Amino acid sequence: MTGSRLPAGGLIDRSQKVSFSWDKKTLHGYAGDTLASALMANGETVFGRSFKYHRPRGIMSAGVEESGAIVTVGRGNRRDPNVKATTQELYNGLQASGQNAWPNVRTDFGAVNNLFSRFFSAGFYYKTFMGIPPMEWGKGTGIWMQYEKLIRKAAGMGVASREPDPDTYEHGHRFCDVLVVGAGPSGLAAAVKAAQAGLDVLLVEQDFLAGGDYLNQSSPEAAAKIKSALEALESAGATVLTRTTAFGLYDNGVAGLLERVTDHVADAAAHTPRQRFLTVRARHTILATGALERTVAFGNNDLPGIMTASAAGIYANRYGVLAGQNVVIATNNDSAYAPASTLLNAGAQVTVLDARAALSESVAGMLESKGMAVKTGSTALNASGKKGISAIETAEKNNDSWRAGSSIDCDLLLVSGGWSPVVNLLSHRGVRPVWDAANLCFVAPEHNEPVQMAGAASAVWGTSDCEESGNHAAEAAIASINSHAVAGRGNVVSGGWDAPIAPLYEVMVKGRKLKSFIDPQHDVTADDVRLAHQEGFVSVEHLKRYTTLGMATDQGKMGNIIGLALMAEALGREIPEVGTTTFRPPYTPISLGALTGRGKGAHFKPLRRTPMHDWNLANGATMTEAGLWQRPWYFARQGEGITEAYIRETITTRKTVGLVDVTSLGKIAIQGPDATELINRVYSNAFAKLPIGKARYGIMLRDDGIVMDDGTTWRFSDTDYFMTTTTAHAAKVMVWLEELLQTRWSDLKVHVTSVSEQWAGSAVAGPNSRDVLKDCVEDPNTVTNDALPFMGVIETRLKNGVPCRIARISFSGEMAYEMYVGSDYAESMMDLLWRSVQSYDGCLYGTEALGAMRIEKGHVTGVELDGRVTIDDAGLGAMASDKKSYIGSALRQRPDLNRSDRPALVGIFPKDRSETFKAGSVLCAENKMEGHGEGWITAVTHSPSLGHWIGLGYITGGYQPWNGKTVTAADPVRRGNIDVEIVSPHMVDPSGDRMRG
Amino acid sequence: MIRIRCPFCGERDHSEFSYGGDGSIDYPALDAPVDDWVEAVYQRENIRGVQTETWQHTSGCRQWLLVERDTMTHEIHSVRMAHEGVATLVEAGK
Ligand SMILES: [Zn+2]
Repeated sequence: MTGSRLPAGGLIDRSQKVSFSWDKKTLHGYAGDTLASALMANGETVFGRSFKYHRPRGIMSAGVEESGAIVTVGRGNRRDPNVKATTQELYNGLQASGQNAWPNVRTDFGAVNNLFSRFFSAGFYYKTFMGIPPMEWGKGTGIWMQYEKLIRKAAGMGVASREPDPDTYEHGHRFCDVLVVGAGPSGLAAAVKAAQAGLDVLLVEQDFLAGGDYLNQSSPEAAAKIKSALEALESAGATVLTRTTAFGLYDNGVAGLLERVTDHVADAAAHTPRQRFLTVRARHTILATGALERTVAFGNNDLPGIMTASAAGIYANRYGVLAGQNVVIATNNDSAYAPASTLLNAGAQVTVLDARAALSESVAGMLESKGMAVKTGSTALNASGKKGISAIETAEKNNDSWRAGSSIDCDLLLVSGGWSPVVNLLSHRGVRPVWDAANLCFVAPEHNEPVQMAGAASAVWGTSDCEESGNHAAEAAIASINSHAVAGRGNVVSGGWDAPIAPLYEVMVKGRKLKSFIDPQHDVTADDVRLAHQEGFVSVEHLKRYTTLGMATDQGKMGNIIGLALMAEALGREIPEVGTTTFRPPYTPISLGALTGRGKGAHFKPLRRTPMHDWNLANGATMTEAGLWQRPWYFARQGEGITEAYIRETITTRKTVGLVDVTSLGKIAIQGPDATELINRVYSNAFAKLPIGKARYGIMLRDDGIVMDDGTTWRFSDTDYFMTTTTAHAAKVMVWLEELLQTRWSDLKVHVTSVSEQWAGSAVAGPNSRDVLKDCVEDPNTVTNDALPFMGVIETRLKNGVPCRIARISFSGEMAYEMYVGSDYAESMMDLLWRSVQSYDGCLYGTEALGAMRIEKGHVTGVELDGRVTIDDAGLGAMASDKKSYIGSALRQRPDLNRSDRPALVGIFPKDRSETFKAGSVLCAENKMEGHGEGWITAVTHSPSLGHWIGLGYITGGYQPWNGKTVTAADPVRRGNIDVEIVSPHMVDPSGDRMRG
Repeated sequence: MIRIRCPFCGERDHSEFSYGGDGSIDYPALDAPVDDWVEAVYQRENIRGVQTETWQHTSGCRQWLLVERDTMTHEIHSVRMAHEGVATLVEAGK
């Protein structure tokens, strides 16, 4: 096949020459070309090498179904592999190259695989992996790993860039009354009708031009129809998006669209995204998605120079390119005669092989007037040629089978094996297509989705029938939206050919061994299907996976039906009995960048900063992530690393005073006459008698008796409480309280309001913390030991007049206060406190020191309360009231939650006090490193108070049974194993004198 | 994507909502026997077809809803406020 540009015609702009490079050669095309049409016009024939056998492959279609001309576009960090040359719009400076070949597509050393093709038959990977024939020497995974690498290197698709993607992608959202997918004759008609009925219409077209099949009919009437439809849509206020693929259809009228914004532009403006991922919510959807022409399985049907009949018509009419001079067309239906006549008019020699016994009158009449050679009862059997077809051996009908015929020289073989309506999007909705025996294709059945099929997508072939079908679909959509009865499919005739299509899937002659491809992209042959059947794969879903039929980037758009037909034949059944595989999104591939959109890097998840974030940074904080929050980790001074810093902060806080940002704690206002009742029901410990002006530590269980969260709750009045939660569970606790109040206890008169954002919090801890408070509040008498005892709460003002609430509670084990002001006053509170703290030689501290102090005290956090432990496991059994019922009180009584050998909270010391160990280590009985061990370590720190490393963790039965025994902290892949001692979790100041003092 | 018609906010994407659980459960009193709680928390139906479930409009009005949804087709048959008092108010406001 040698294509050439016709002197005139087509929808290309011959005044705009476009220069591009193909395998490092500079070539020219025109604006309006695809990469495929431009390469064809330049006489290029081989576009890539096939996946397994490295056979040369050329253009097989003119659209998204392309299975041969799969190329790589762009270079460097914009290298995009597996691009269909048939849909890639040509632009100035486009760089493209063939795939899967070395050194290039014309001379490929990998083609030697073709000689060993016996070894690459169906199920090759499975067989070699299991070490059975024909590769029995490949037993065991060791050898497999070796030659798997070689196979991967030789076979494989294009190579993606390893560099970060420099482009940006956007996510967008749209709503409409009617989404019309496909802007061909039926889609345009449907969109115009719906828009003119006053509906909000969104019409999307994957091509860069609207028009669909109108574009392929080089007639002024077709062009005029596109123009008038687009004008009508514009004046009716409809939106038309070209270069936009509806790749998936989802529940409730939701469709996923991919809009290619700059993939056709040489130098895109920096602010434009490469692609947009649009989520559309449509009340009704019309699928005018057209149909794809199928190929037929015959010998060497993958040679360059063999393509669908419609494709050659499109290249001639739309792109002004003649695909070949000496053309043979093999068809089983009427549709091939239009391209046949196009090529004949363009000056080619055309011979038609029609598999049917007789021609329809209209076709016969046309042939007579044109002088086209037609042989009925004849088709293609075996193509020959080196890097492209040079001759076709025909097959002649012999009763019910074929016999070999004669050989015809040709440089282009066009095939039409029938048409497959694009029902993929409806199939995404779980609607299984049904077999249409008259048109030999799968079509949509009756269904309940708010979706109409129109035009060729519903097996309507003629242009004017398609237009009418579009009108009917629009009427049905309008009726459905206006809640009228949904109109039926209307009076559009299905099909529309004069003579019926004849079944033709594979051409075979007894005794001939042919290489007949049904999935050229994955190199799946007709023999592979028979082999799969022979080996027991009788379901289409298994067949697909075993042979990988239809699993390449084209998803078997041209060949799947042949695979089904062959499977049906092997099983002795009919195609509808075998059924089809389920189509799944996306219809055509989507870049991962489009799925990601802007949600990457710093935008991967939301960032939460406390209102004193800048203040922390200005005062030397190194920040860390706590969930979504940014929290100060440590405040390093000159020459300090994290370890020196947090140890100093811990020592300073315990010796004098430290100040820390605790804003990230969850805060919930609980208000109303039944507030006390709610709190008493959700906490395991008694809250009914909490006095006004007091706070209490509380533990919440889940329904199943497992600990959910802990925190403190402060009482300001009969009806007004302030609950704090852990940072990690703030949202969860809020949702939980709302759920209880709205779904279970709707009689309780309580309002819960999240006030986490409204209050900025700090903690002042250490022996001098009370003096700091005295310096900073308006009236120092309000914070004396009597006025504000341990667990006391006051509402007062800071010296600068800012209202604040203070509770004397301690997480660090020191005398400590939590203080909250309105978020806008966060920095002024910190300024005030920090001045005073400095006057006592105190420090700022971060989460690392906070962690060290809480581990020393054996206070639990999220890592200990991990959703698996009971209140007793955590050593907090005393917090479970036996005088009241509360959430979880029933199910915590289950026997297995009360076994004495459950893992319980303990402290951990290294046996050799100079040793360190790591959180995540498994605790094992001495020298019994097996199974899941006896427990695990949740947290470790260097304890400045004790002068060595300590940890918290859980071990079977808790502290008592392990007292005095050596336990191994197993950490074989990191630190190695070390011996540890199990101690009480209250490792520093177990009596709590320091915080009460 | 499922679209849920919140009685308060209107029809929204399901990504604004959080799934709760089985909406048909009548939770026992807090002092009910353990067996009643085992029944309520663990003995759940795995329905193929229409089931009542709770959803919260977390990124909207934060109301808990009772949604009748077909587990086979995702079709939503009804949505109402879980809190009877609020449900009455919303109905009255229509
Ligand atoms: Zn809502």
